[in-house]
Amino acid sequence: MCWHHTRDTASIIPMKKEKSNMAAGTKKLTKNDIIMSLLKGRTFIVLIILVLFFSFAAPNFFTASSLLLIAKHVALYGILGIGMTYVIITGGIDLSVGSIVGLGGMIAGGLINEGLRMFGYTAYLNVPSIVIVTIAFGALVGLLNGFIITRFKVAAFIATLGTMYIARGFAMLRSNGATFSNIVGKEALGNTGFEFFGRNILGIPVGAIILLIIAVISGIILKNTPFGWHVQSIGGNEKAAKLSGVKTNRVKRLVYMFSGMCAAIVGIITASQLVASHPASGETWEMNAIAAAVLGGTSMSGGVGTIGGTIVGAFVIGVINDGMVMCGVSEFWQMIIKGVVIIVAVLIDQFQRNLQNRMALQSREENK
Amino acid sequence: MQKNENIVLHADRVSKIYPGTKALDNVSFDVRRGKVNVLIGENGAGKSTLMKIIAGIERPSSGRIILEGKEVSFKDTTEARAYGIGIIHQELSLFPNLNVYQNIFMANEKTIYNLALDNKQHVTETIKVLDRLEYPLNPETLVGDLRVGQQQMIEIARNLIQKNLKILIMDEPTSSLSEQEVEVLFKIIRELTASGISIVYISHRLEEIMRIGDYVTILRDGRFVAEEEVKNINVPWIVQQMVGQEKSYKRKEREIDWSKRETVLNVKNMKLPKSGGGFLLDDVSFNLKKGEILGIYGLMGSGRTEIFECLMGLRPEFTGTVELEGKAIKISNVSEQIDRGFAVIPEDRQREGLVQTMDIGRNISLSSLTRYMKGMFIDFKKEDQKINEQIKDIRIKVADKRLPILSLSGGNQQKVVIGKGILTEPKILLLDEPSRGIDIGAKTEVFDIIHQYAERGLSIIVISSELKEILAIADRIIVLSNGIKTDELTGEEITEDRLVLASYKGHRKHHTNEKGEK
Repeated sequence: MCWHHTRDTASIIPMKKEKSNMAAGTKKLTKNDIIMSLLKGRTFIVLIILVLFFSFAAPNFFTASSLLLIAKHVALYGILGIGMTYVIITGGIDLSVGSIVGLGGMIAGGLINEGLRMFGYTAYLNVPSIVIVTIAFGALVGLLNGFIITRFKVAAFIATLGTMYIARGFAMLRSNGATFSNIVGKEALGNTGFEFFGRNILGIPVGAIILLIIAVISGIILKNTPFGWHVQSIGGNEKAAKLSGVKTNRVKRLVYMFSGMCAAIVGIITASQLVASHPASGETWEMNAIAAAVLGGTSMSGGVGTIGGTIVGAFVIGVINDGMVMCGVSEFWQMIIKGVVIIVAVLIDQFQRNLQNRMALQSREENK
Repeated sequence: MQKNENIVLHADRVSKIYPGTKALDNVSFDVRRGKVNVLIGENGAGKSTLMKIIAGIERPSSGRIILEGKEVSFKDTTEARAYGIGIIHQELSLFPNLNVYQNIFMANEKTIYNLALDNKQHVTETIKVLDRLEYPLNPETLVGDLRVGQQQMIEIARNLIQKNLKILIMDEPTSSLSEQEVEVLFKIIRELTASGISIVYISHRLEEIMRIGDYVTILRDGRFVAEEEVKNINVPWIVQQMVGQEKSYKRKEREIDWSKRETVLNVKNMKLPKSGGGFLLDDVSFNLKKGEILGIYGLMGSGRTEIFECLMGLRPEFTGTVELEGKAIKISNVSEQIDRGFAVIPEDRQREGLVQTMDIGRNISLSSLTRYMKGMFIDFKKEDQKINEQIKDIRIKVADKRLPILSLSGGNQQKVVIGKGILTEPKILLLDEPSRGIDIGAKTEVFDIIHQYAERGLSIIVISSELKEILAIADRIIVLSNGIKTDELTGEEITEDRLVLASYKGHRKHHTNEKGEK
């Protein structure tokens, strides 16, 4: 996965090809081309600068323990961001993911501590089953989003705003707003091991490993399967996609479902990391997910975006958040800085798109 | 320069340089008072750029604009408008979310004491101006609900309410109008010129220019080529000046006994209700033979596009039977229709044909991706090979197929859309105005492509509102008027007169019916 958001397979190789093409055509590498390659790598450059900066500014930033902490947080934003990237590429938005995180955590936590009460009996599921049930719930909320959006043509913003409240409400209802604490299960009930998702394997947080797996799979799907291209075509021009035979409604429903599943997975991981599930957890995380996607070059108007970009975006968010905490920057300033970074990122994005269009039109004139 | 009473605006050695190209190179152009000043050239010749400069949308890199003897320079269109220069864009620039009178008076609102909008006045003036255009529309209708031709009228009306209008620029005003609407437009143009307004007219349709134009200026590759009074010239001369060689589309007669060919598609009693009563399609029946090019001719709103929409599954509510290769089919959605062997090339290339965020190659393969699979994944090698074949087959001029789609000219973009349809290996290809907005050279090529595929056995239905075009291309033509099939012509029967006549019939029939009922 690479960090810029065009469709080139890998960032470096096609760039070289371009250069050699230029040379063959006895054309100089223009200023635009150089600016372009810098722009494409901007988020990555920003990330490196941030890491360097915080390494100096906060003496304990570049230590194994803090990097581990950052990785744990990045995993959460990253997974949410991947689902969000798919949604935004279709030209939509999913505001419900933060609530699904909370709801997912409550479902998992409740199943462990209280079990499933039915017909006067209480059944305790083992952890793998709990994970499946939780993800299924996430998928269900996502499917509901997709259904409202495609069947009733409700704007994605409104539909997911509605489900955001609904999911949060159900999360609160599950325990009347209380927290399920110490969700480790009991040996006797056979439902131990939930903390696994918050642990480390060989020093790497399980969450980060899950992020990696989801990223690779969803990256390949986006790039190498008809489904992935159909997702991109819908955001680019839904009408044209439909007339080209893309089953736009089905693709959209699947995309929202996927986003819901990603959110439920994050709910499991975050509950596991805290060994407790709180119904308010995940509040405003949808904004972090959107920010990660946008920082990674996903276009809010749809059609353009990569998983790799979003991962880098998630890292930028994570590093800014945790780095500033370690520097002792106040929470209020953190918000301001985060906001500025996002706006600047979008500005640069627009600048790049304009440049790209100009270069396209230019080559159109040249081909004449 | 001397002040010349007959010349209202003079563009003096104007150049426009975009990064990398010279769109205009030292072009001088006179707008004569009360005349129709025609500007012609192939796509990319610099017509639109020159117009944009005159209308204040772009600023020249060098050169001067002299309006009634005084040098002027416009910051933007508002300023140009204040000087009495109005423009009607090729791509309509209306607000689909607002109604007719809001669109007409946008940024030119009538108010009561500079505060409240005077909508009463808006409505009355809108009715007045639309009456003048002989185009009565309800001023409260949403512009988004209007057809393209109707929207064009709104664009014109919007400029007409300008009090001091001196120059009206029309960039391909007829490209989406029906013959009938063109007549109305020409009448309006005559009225405007008679009242002293100067028209700058850009068009690809040469016959039209011969009819309406007074002076012709020809541009090629951003340079001035020739200027002449229309009465001294003819169409072949214009074409020669434009392309440097003579070109026109010839009718290709095909020696095929169609009665012996098998019928691929048989549509019977197709009926499509209109929202608010009446029918968009009223009992239309036709068939299509293998390898045949069937033309559908009709005016704006005659139901031509609706036939395609029914066949492609965009209007599953229609009634009637459709038989594909002898078997009745139930049409419910687009992707199913594509699987059955239908492909459509939509009328509006930008809005319905292309995915602008994707590169050239992917726009070609988008419809047929699932055919190039290796397990779960796209077989990029095979896809690549198919794209290359298609690019070669329909002669898309492309430097690199991974470039953005917008780097292609209009004609080549259109070929991409056609290529996408053909890659699905259809049995029936539906083309809706395939030559809209592309230059003559590309048009001939598109026609050649259509013929080439028909020869290979592909059955094709072409919608066109250009008489000459449909005459040249179709083996058989059906004419629609007001949702009714009014005529069907083959071979020798196909004449301009008969087509035009049939294209009004449906309305007459409808009117008498109404009277009869009353």
